[in-house]
Amino acid sequence: MLPAAVPPLELIVGVVSYWMVIGLAGLLRPLSLYFVSRVLFPLGILGGMVLILAALQGVASQPADLVLPLGLPDLPFHIRLDPLAAVFVGLLGIAAVGISFFSAGYFRRVQGSPPGLLCLQYHLFLAAMTVVLLADDAYLFMVAWETMAITSYFLVTSNHKVPEIRSAGFLYLLIAHVGAIAILLCFGVLQGGQGNYTFAAMRQIELSAFWGSAAFALALFGFGAKAGLLPLHVWLPEAHPAAPSPISALMSGVMLKTAIYGILRVTFDLLQVQLWWWGVLALVLGLLTALFGVMFAAVQTDMKRLLAYSSIENIGVIVAGIGLTIIFHVYQQPHLAALSLVATLYHCLNHACFKSLLFMVTGSVLHSTHQRSLGKLGGLIRNMPWVAMTALIGSLAIAGLPPLNGFVSEWLLLQAFLFSPGIANPYLNMLVPVAAAALVLAAALSAYVMVKFYGVIFLGQYREPSLAEARDEGPWARAGLVWLSAWCVLLGILPATVIRLLDNVTQPLVDFAIGSNLERTGWLLIAPISPERSSYGPLLFLLGITGTVLLTYFLVRRFYHGRERRVAAWDCGFPAQNARMQDTAEGFGQPIKQIFEPFFRIRRQMPGPFDARPTYSATTEDRLWYWLYLPVARLNERLAAWIGILQHGRIYLYLLYSFVTLLGLLMFML
Amino acid sequence: MTLSTQLINLMAALLLLIAFAMLAQRRILSLIHLFAWQGAVLTANSVIVAYSTGQTHLYYSALLTLALKVIVMPLILHRLIIRLNIKWDVETLINIPTTMLVGIALVVISFNVALPISQLAGTITRSTLGIAVAIVLLSFLMMITRRKAVPQVIGFLAMENGLFFAATSTTYGMPMVVELGIALDVLVGMLILGIFFFQVRQAFDSLDLKHMERLKEE
Amino acid sequence: MAEFVESFLSQLAQTVLVVLLAPLMLGWVNQCRAWLQNRSGPGLLQPYRVLHKLFHKDALLAHNASVIFRAAPYIQFGCMVLAASIVPVLGTNLAFSPAADVIALVGVFALARVFSSLAAMDVGTAFGSLGARREMLVASLSEPALLMVFFTPLLIVQSSSLSSIVDALAHRDFAIYPSLAFAAVAFIMVLLAENARIPVDNPATHLELTMIHEALILEYSARHLALIEWATAVKLTVYCAIGIALFAPWGMVEGTNWLMFPAAAGALVIKLALAGTGLAVLETVSAKMRIFRAPEFLGMAFLFAVLGMLIRQLLGA
Repeated sequence: MLPAAVPPLELIVGVVSYWMVIGLAGLLRPLSLYFVSRVLFPLGILGGMVLILAALQGVASQPADLVLPLGLPDLPFHIRLDPLAAVFVGLLGIAAVGISFFSAGYFRRVQGSPPGLLCLQYHLFLAAMTVVLLADDAYLFMVAWETMAITSYFLVTSNHKVPEIRSAGFLYLLIAHVGAIAILLCFGVLQGGQGNYTFAAMRQIELSAFWGSAAFALALFGFGAKAGLLPLHVWLPEAHPAAPSPISALMSGVMLKTAIYGILRVTFDLLQVQLWWWGVLALVLGLLTALFGVMFAAVQTDMKRLLAYSSIENIGVIVAGIGLTIIFHVYQQPHLAALSLVATLYHCLNHACFKSLLFMVTGSVLHSTHQRSLGKLGGLIRNMPWVAMTALIGSLAIAGLPPLNGFVSEWLLLQAFLFSPGIANPYLNMLVPVAAAALVLAAALSAYVMVKFYGVIFLGQYREPSLAEARDEGPWARAGLVWLSAWCVLLGILPATVIRLLDNVTQPLVDFAIGSNLERTGWLLIAPISPERSSYGPLLFLLGITGTVLLTYFLVRRFYHGRERRVAAWDCGFPAQNARMQDTAEGFGQPIKQIFEPFFRIRRQMPGPFDARPTYSATTEDRLWYWLYLPVARLNERLAAWIGILQHGRIYLYLLYSFVTLLGLLMFML
Repeated sequence: MTLSTQLINLMAALLLLIAFAMLAQRRILSLIHLFAWQGAVLTANSVIVAYSTGQTHLYYSALLTLALKVIVMPLILHRLIIRLNIKWDVETLINIPTTMLVGIALVVISFNVALPISQLAGTITRSTLGIAVAIVLLSFLMMITRRKAVPQVIGFLAMENGLFFAATSTTYGMPMVVELGIALDVLVGMLILGIFFFQVRQAFDSLDLKHMERLKEE
Repeated sequence: MAEFVESFLSQLAQTVLVVLLAPLMLGWVNQCRAWLQNRSGPGLLQPYRVLHKLFHKDALLAHNASVIFRAAPYIQFGCMVLAASIVPVLGTNLAFSPAADVIALVGVFALARVFSSLAAMDVGTAFGSLGARREMLVASLSEPALLMVFFTPLLIVQSSSLSSIVDALAHRDFAIYPSLAFAAVAFIMVLLAENARIPVDNPATHLELTMIHEALILEYSARHLALIEWATAVKLTVYCAIGIALFAPWGMVEGTNWLMFPAAAGALVIKLALAGTGLAVLETVSAKMRIFRAPEFLGMAFLFAVLGMLIRQLLGA
């Protein structure tokens, strides 16, 4: 293999510079769509491929350090590649290849920003995320983190002529920065008064329980804001629909994972001692986020908002996994800690694949139909077979169905939950299994959401006549879709291989690797604790189902026949049925809305009995918006008004303020 | 585990089940039936403990339980609701699934609270103490979540059942005198409450306790 | 190698037995219901006759039915056959059992259900999507309860593989496990909901607005319908077999002692017949509830299962 000669860390640095060069090349001919989408984006794919190879190499090798002679004088950039970073680099590579393929066929002339600028922002975004994963000191981390936030902000607002998109971008930027401040403070706590901001120095410091908890809480808040953890999730459902679809795919699939990476890095690497209640906090927050996300996803009518809420759900599941890992780690159950950490990382990989895939699918649908509202789609499986089939794989995977990848991580996580008794804390001992039920509820409801998503978009009759003209994607976009769905399948049927790679991460972080059990079962089965306790063999599973289906098919043909006739739909003999009688997106979500009504803020306008032109409208909103955000905003406004008293617009007054301050400082200091 | 321990565990489980069923029950009449069942299981439990440990005084308390809690009190309650003509559904303050979840949390808490005590106790029935505490707390919860007076009284009686069960499981029952005293207290309390119901209804034309809010000073 | 062949043969025998017996089980339940309702009933073999008739007919497909509509019956049937091969019915030596534990079993049922719901939405009729959303709703609420049901035996045995659970439960000394009794009650409630039986759904209904399962398959005909009906029967049988495996596992063959298989088969038939009778009685004495009572029903099932688990931890019983 080509890169075998070069160490993985250098290789990744090479990819980062390569992406920056490609991005800058976009400025050469910023208005040429052909140059950007047919030359530069395909070139970017190569970078992603190299990243995957480097990550595969890096995950299995010892951590490597490098000091780059860049940055401020006396403050060089430290970078480091350890297995944890390598896993996330690999995830980034997988998603980047798929999304770059897709983007090569996606961007059209109608968007706001010129294509060259988009290309620059896109590749800078990719490079910044890579650097976030590599950074080994707080300076570089924050620089890369902010670059990531700002490039993604510009990408979200690329169509900046639309006011809603501008306000969505503003909300995103605001929450991203509130989070960034928390992360900055977190690093401040972590350096423990030594003034040395390299991660290597932070690892040496043993913080007291109070400061350790403070650092963890700040990290959970700061990274949680980026990941969309409750109650900092509000930007996700606004920003994702606003952004172009490949950008949503990248943000949801990869950028949210950098926040997860940050939590893992701080909790298990930089902090030396964990406390059990951190785990409980993360577990509870995670499960609440998961349930909240999936409930709201079920009632959405905009396909991208639906996926955004589904991302919130998945992040919740991942954070719950982190919480479980902390609990097991603190209570000295290395086996289960390693298991839940593997499940968490596995879910990160999975989510990167299927969520990017589904966001790309919405992009294809949006392009060929110009509709984003689920209520105006339907029946697209006939016009867009490629998109529909890859979307089917993505939907089944995200619904957590065997033998695809979503099920593997869910299965692993449930194993960790179910074999939890043995924790020294009796309360946790009883409540952790009940928490597993919340996880299953979230997973089951996500199947509901995905049936809604897929069924309403691709199945049934066209809800609008114009949908009959929708066309399938071109070769570039198809390649991107197929690439990611292939990963959904691969990660689903080869879990033993993946788990063995992930073992390299769990060994240093929680001092255990579950791979030793795999030796006994081979690559066909996974048995995280022991083969007698539980095992799962997805490939056998797939073969079993395919074999039975084919056998049934042939037996039916052999003993009976395959005759069929095409007729009008029966529909219980109702002759006048039309496309508008199918369930709308609202209709499909209605049972969830009714059962979980207290969680939503629903406003209905019912027609009166004598209305000549009856109208009905119902909006479902987030209660947290009214309970938390609006009060904070009002408080802010009041404070601003109060400070505004100082503002008079007269120069001499401002000079007076400066003068008084100067005088005060002089008197105070001397 | 011996058969008698297993049977006692079974009874404990049944009592917990009945306590949850009472929490979830919407109808007053079924609530009274459940209360009678609770008494019956309690009687059976006392008999099993008495038989397996040879504590003869528990036979008397079993007899007392049977007479009072399975026959007399349910009959009185039954007559009461016929006289008061209240066969309507019980309205709960919190919806039932939420109440159930709170109930599960209460079970977990009560077990952990009872853990150190039951380790001290030397009886064969000690592991059921957690369940006894849970029954007390669940009955308390039922009293909190009900708006009408009759279910509250039933909750109060069920709480007494839980206490009785706790006594049986930790110390093989209380001394006979105490037990008789409590039984009489409960009976008298019941009668007083029965009269009280009529007074409440005369005063407010309803047994809904929210009307009592008016009694405070303005 | 010989070991593998033996377990493979035992696997094949059990799977084929369940798949072939399933319509008979359905016939038995219907017959019992008929007797309980003072009707004479169509006879035990009626489901086979219906299947045979359906397979002979020409399939009718709506004009806009897509590949999902045509593939779904086969996938549903395949999933159920797979489920039938995970659950031990005669012996515990199953070649396929390491490939899937109880959680994967829940996954198989979910896969079948998602495909049937998607297929129902495919033609785009009002009833299809109504059925799809109701089916998914009931399923998403019953899955947590089902997992909690599995959790109690899993705590007792410390394994989530059904074969190990049966092995361990069948060989312990007889003891009263109140926790298992709770789990069993919860399991029966989940069984009723998942198999579209009264009180959650009515398998014999003719009123479209109250349908759940039947609404999903309104557009199907001929061999597709036959496969779905057969899959439904297999699902019911598999659910009963799970109940037997968890709560009454006695009488199964250990290893591959072929001579014992007839006895095990006899025990299985008796247990299934009892389960069928019980089901028929339950269905006769209860009334169908409206759809929004179903969450409460399943909530109760969840509660029972959790209580079972807590009692297991509280009392060790």
